[in-house]
Amino acid sequence: MPQQSPAFASVADVGKRLSAAGYLTDPAIATTVFLADRLGKPLLVEGPAGVGKTELAKAIASATGSLLIRLQCYEGLDEARALYEWNYKKQLLRIQASPDDSAWDAVHDDVFSEEFLLSRPLLSAIRQTEPTVLLIDETDKADVEVEGLLLEVLSDFQVTIPELGTITAVRRPLVVLTSNATRELSEALKRRCLYLHLDYPAADREREIVLARVPDIGTALADQIVRTVRALRALELKKSPSIAETIDWAHTLLALGLDTLNEEALRATLGVVLKHASDHLRAAGELRLN
Amino acid sequence: MAAPGLLDHLADFVRALRSAGVPVGVSEGIDAAAVLGAVDVLDRRQLRAGLATVVVKRPVYRPTYDALFDLWWPARMGDGANRPDVDATPVDPEALRDELMRLLLDGDEEALRRFAREAVATLGGGDAVPGRQSFFSYRVLRALSPDTLVSRLLDALLAGADRGGLAEQVARQTIKEQIGALRTAIEEEVRRRVAEERGRDSVARTTVRPMVDQVDFLRAQQQDLAALRRTVAPLARRLAARLAAKRRRGRSGRLDFRRTVRSSLGTGGVPIVTHHRPHWPHKPELVVLCDVSGSVAGFSHFTLMLTAALREQFSRVRAFAFVDTCDEVTRFFAPGADLVDATQRLSREADLVWFDGHSDYGHAFEVFVERWPDAVGPKTSFLVLGDARTNYRSPGSATLKGLVTRSRHAYWLNPEPRRQWGSGDSAADVYAELIEMVECRNADQLGAFVSRLLPV
Repeated sequence: MPQQSPAFASVADVGKRLSAAGYLTDPAIATTVFLADRLGKPLLVEGPAGVGKTELAKAIASATGSLLIRLQCYEGLDEARALYEWNYKKQLLRIQASPDDSAWDAVHDDVFSEEFLLSRPLLSAIRQTEPTVLLIDETDKADVEVEGLLLEVLSDFQVTIPELGTITAVRRPLVVLTSNATRELSEALKRRCLYLHLDYPAADREREIVLARVPDIGTALADQIVRTVRALRALELKKSPSIAETIDWAHTLLALGLDTLNEEALRATLGVVLKHASDHLRAAGELRLN
Repeated sequence: MAAPGLLDHLADFVRALRSAGVPVGVSEGIDAAAVLGAVDVLDRRQLRAGLATVVVKRPVYRPTYDALFDLWWPARMGDGANRPDVDATPVDPEALRDELMRLLLDGDEEALRRFAREAVATLGGGDAVPGRQSFFSYRVLRALSPDTLVSRLLDALLAGADRGGLAEQVARQTIKEQIGALRTAIEEEVRRRVAEERGRDSVARTTVRPMVDQVDFLRAQQQDLAALRRTVAPLARRLAARLAAKRRRGRSGRLDFRRTVRSSLGTGGVPIVTHHRPHWPHKPELVVLCDVSGSVAGFSHFTLMLTAALREQFSRVRAFAFVDTCDEVTRFFAPGADLVDATQRLSREADLVWFDGHSDYGHAFEVFVERWPDAVGPKTSFLVLGDARTNYRSPGSATLKGLVTRSRHAYWLNPEPRRQWGSGDSAADVYAELIEMVECRNADQLGAFVSRLLPV
């Protein structure tokens, strides 16, 4: 594979361009993305739901002007859906349409050619000549066998098709895998990846995110929202509010025309951030809403 | 490419990580060297994040990594440059406290860390042995006593607003986070200074805390318990996900002879496609009998939480708790119930103490059999949790034997190390002959056990 020029010049460059694409980074995220690009290794992002794992991949794609190819994992995902499939119907047509006197060997070679290959996300990502970001979303939802499938693609950026031979990437895609950690991914997969644990952000970063996403909200209210959300996260809840929910909350307060977050406003809008009845009761008790 | 001296240092760091229990393979070591070549080595935050992405592949390893990183790549040596000589000017603790208060209100992390550095240098020193200086975090914390600043901070943050409401709770949380950050900064600085005095290897051995899933239940401190509790929900969810996948993939049931023969008529009587009856899933029925006396408080608290988490995933889990008598506590763990609340209600409302509040296994077993004779049946996995310390009372072996015989599987989880079984008033030896007793000292062992317990 020819050496390709890296997409980012420095760690600071990553931070600048990602924030231009609407994603505010912190030093850890910026460094990891920089290394993933520079070392040419896949990036495994793990963390609770709603902290911006998928968003990160989208932001990288838009910051580098790359094509985003997405493979959504689910239970029962197999080779035919992830890698490639032979277009069986077209092959059948080809055989039936061939003249009677044509030699079997010729037809046989003919139906297993590029023309009859349906490429799925992994193969298309490898065959791209343009800069590409390959997002493998919710890797933990797929079966363990799929991880085995990913190993060849992720370490050597190549796919072996028995009838065609090995297809090697012309241009290495930047791979981002996300996982909610519902199960532990295999050691072999983790070893090939750079690992980034995304957690709920620090207070100032979250405030900046809210201000960037909901510009009409005042600094004071944004600060109040973020601090309240942090107080909620400190309680032992079944589902802690995520960044996405913080942003939703800011939108809600703005839509209702509230300019301060007091007991009444919190009581009225708690459903935006907490999605379990028991969490509501607990938050109400701990924050003395009654 | 990184310089040879730097590579040696890195290899040393990797070795320290390995001996602290973080698995770093050879290929990860090579990647770490590549990282050194790619990032700006002089930027400490970049270096920390860059090395972490290749050597830390699970969040539980992160605290260990951070502690060792600070020892191997310290921010500065000694007192650092351009600092006035502190011993010449005795500091006024009150002035320091005023400055601390300002910093805590301000929330500037970098300034707070700088403050911690100076505070350790001026207040934390002390002669451990004559002629050798050492540093202690408790000295700094005692002199600054940040906890006594809380009410002043609250006044400042609330700025005249009403006390007792939402605003106060939110402000309290902010203050708690700030003081926590200060504590961490002071501890880090002390560790760095001590490492300079005594060599980093000895500090790495003694002051790096064990990882959360290796913490002994019986010795867990308050903050360990909080961290452990956070591991429970993912543990239960992970187990449930694995079991569900296994169950779905399990082979289909017995041959459906009638349907196979009928469908074979279409192929001239040759049964090309066989039909099977749907697989009847075995629903794990779990009965947990848990010692909640004071001696195993940390353990039982944790296991009750796991029981609660399992109850959300499985339909048929019944929980019983005992001290010297026994009561059913399943109702406290209804799906959707609040965990913290449930454990509090349990100790308040459940009928667990009969005589003097010390464990009495014999009596507890008898009451269990007498009041819930049908709880344990041939489909039940029966689980006892406790340290088997009977206070020299009757162990009730006969009753337990009856329960074990009636159940499908029976296990006893003991939070004590195996070598202590049978010592003193422990009846673990007696019980181990009747029931399979498993050592379960930390979250790791518990996770391994539960995945074995519920085969599908």
